[in-house]
Amino acid sequence: MLKTRVIPTLLWKNEGLVKGVGFDSWRRIGAVLPAIKVYNMREVDELMLLDISASLENREPDYDSVSEYSAECFVPLTLGGGVCNIEIIRKLLLAGADKITINSAAFEKPALITQAAERFGSQCIVVSIDAKKKADGSYECYSRGGAKPTGKEVGVWAQEVEQRGAGEILITSIEKDGTMQGYDLELIRQVTQRVKIPVIASGGAGHLEHFLEAVQQGKASAVAAASIFHFTERTPLEVKQYLSQNGILVRDVHFETVHSL
Amino acid sequence: MMKVLVIDYRMGNLGSVRRSLEECGADVVCSEDPQDIKSVSKIILPGVGSFRDGIEHLNKMGWTEEILKAATQDKVPFLGICLGMQLLADKGSEGGETEGLGLIAGTVEKFVPDPPETRVPHVGWNELVISQSTPLLAGIPNRSDFYFVHSYHFVAQDSKDVAATTPYCGDFVSVVARQNIFGTQFHPEKSSKAGFRLLRNFLSL
Repeated sequence: MLKTRVIPTLLWKNEGLVKGVGFDSWRRIGAVLPAIKVYNMREVDELMLLDISASLENREPDYDSVSEYSAECFVPLTLGGGVCNIEIIRKLLLAGADKITINSAAFEKPALITQAAERFGSQCIVVSIDAKKKADGSYECYSRGGAKPTGKEVGVWAQEVEQRGAGEILITSIEKDGTMQGYDLELIRQVTQRVKIPVIASGGAGHLEHFLEAVQQGKASAVAAASIFHFTERTPLEVKQYLSQNGILVRDVHFETVHSL
Repeated sequence: MMKVLVIDYRMGNLGSVRRSLEECGADVVCSEDPQDIKSVSKIILPGVGSFRDGIEHLNKMGWTEEILKAATQDKVPFLGICLGMQLLADKGSEGGETEGLGLIAGTVEKFVPDPPETRVPHVGWNELVISQSTPLLAGIPNRSDFYFVHSYHFVAQDSKDVAATTPYCGDFVSVVARQNIFGTQFHPEKSSKAGFRLLRNFLSL
């Protein structure tokens, strides 16, 4: 059976890794390459690397760095940040990315999703959606690293990106991000109920139970997290062991190898 | 040292395939020139994208004829990965009905969600149920997980060509093997240790 994936997210800004709270207050947490090497040795299910300043600075991703990182990565690698045209996607795939996330550009040029899916296949196009809860309880999508309200309701947008050919959705709660207080389960549910493509839950994981909630209550196909892996001693393997103890199917890795690292 | 050719027909990421093979100790040539097929002892056809684009690129770049000759007459070990496996079939339906390489009898169809709430594409780690012993899977325990990411799957005409299946939307064919010709629907180059083992098996054929 298909396993639930646990995906560490690495946010990359000005050549270093960072992690913030609510898409702000960035803390520097080290260099990219050593982190990728460690996750690769630990055989994580998948890895996400997002260049959070590319889109804000209106520049293209740094392909040389991407090549350097992907050379060390023998697990699936998703790249994002600053992806605003077909040529950038092509170059990122050539530099070793397996999947590409599109966020701001999807709102600005929705046709890009379709073009990219037709050219490279839906399976490598992940649309990333950042959302915030409104006073009336509905969720609004934001672009440009959480800075720009788009007026789009999350369920409507999720359905649109699916129709346009996205292969997966990464849904992040802007308010929960970095708080380690748990995923926004209502937000995740609103997306998983509306689409039939896999959904990756993101934003807020701080305890093992949070991952289980996102899968059981949110119906997420995969769970992404950053802070818990950066700021606590928890590892992706422990998350998977916990999920497994609670009846969720996860990929069996070679425990003895992992512990000998 | 054995030389392995990774066919570059402009269908996606060859970098990770190359690096995994190098990790396994192979001398790798990524080439867009079909003539290079003559100087190698193993051939890999990787690729992501649509079936129709894949075949069109192979035809346009002059690969098709050379592949058929190497795989059928010269019996060079040949491994198709993901789209590369699908292209081994007679026919594909992605992007309109298109003829494939016809090296392994079958067609390529889109997943029909079963049960209806099943999500497509099939993305993530799923297991192999090995149905036939093949040197490609030597030393790989039954039910080992590999990394998949696809919406279409191979429907084999002859069950003798099927080496493993995977449970999703019913069971689909995840490994085909016919003499010197092999295909994996998953990405061995992204499947960590189990993937390396499979690639080493292929290299030592």
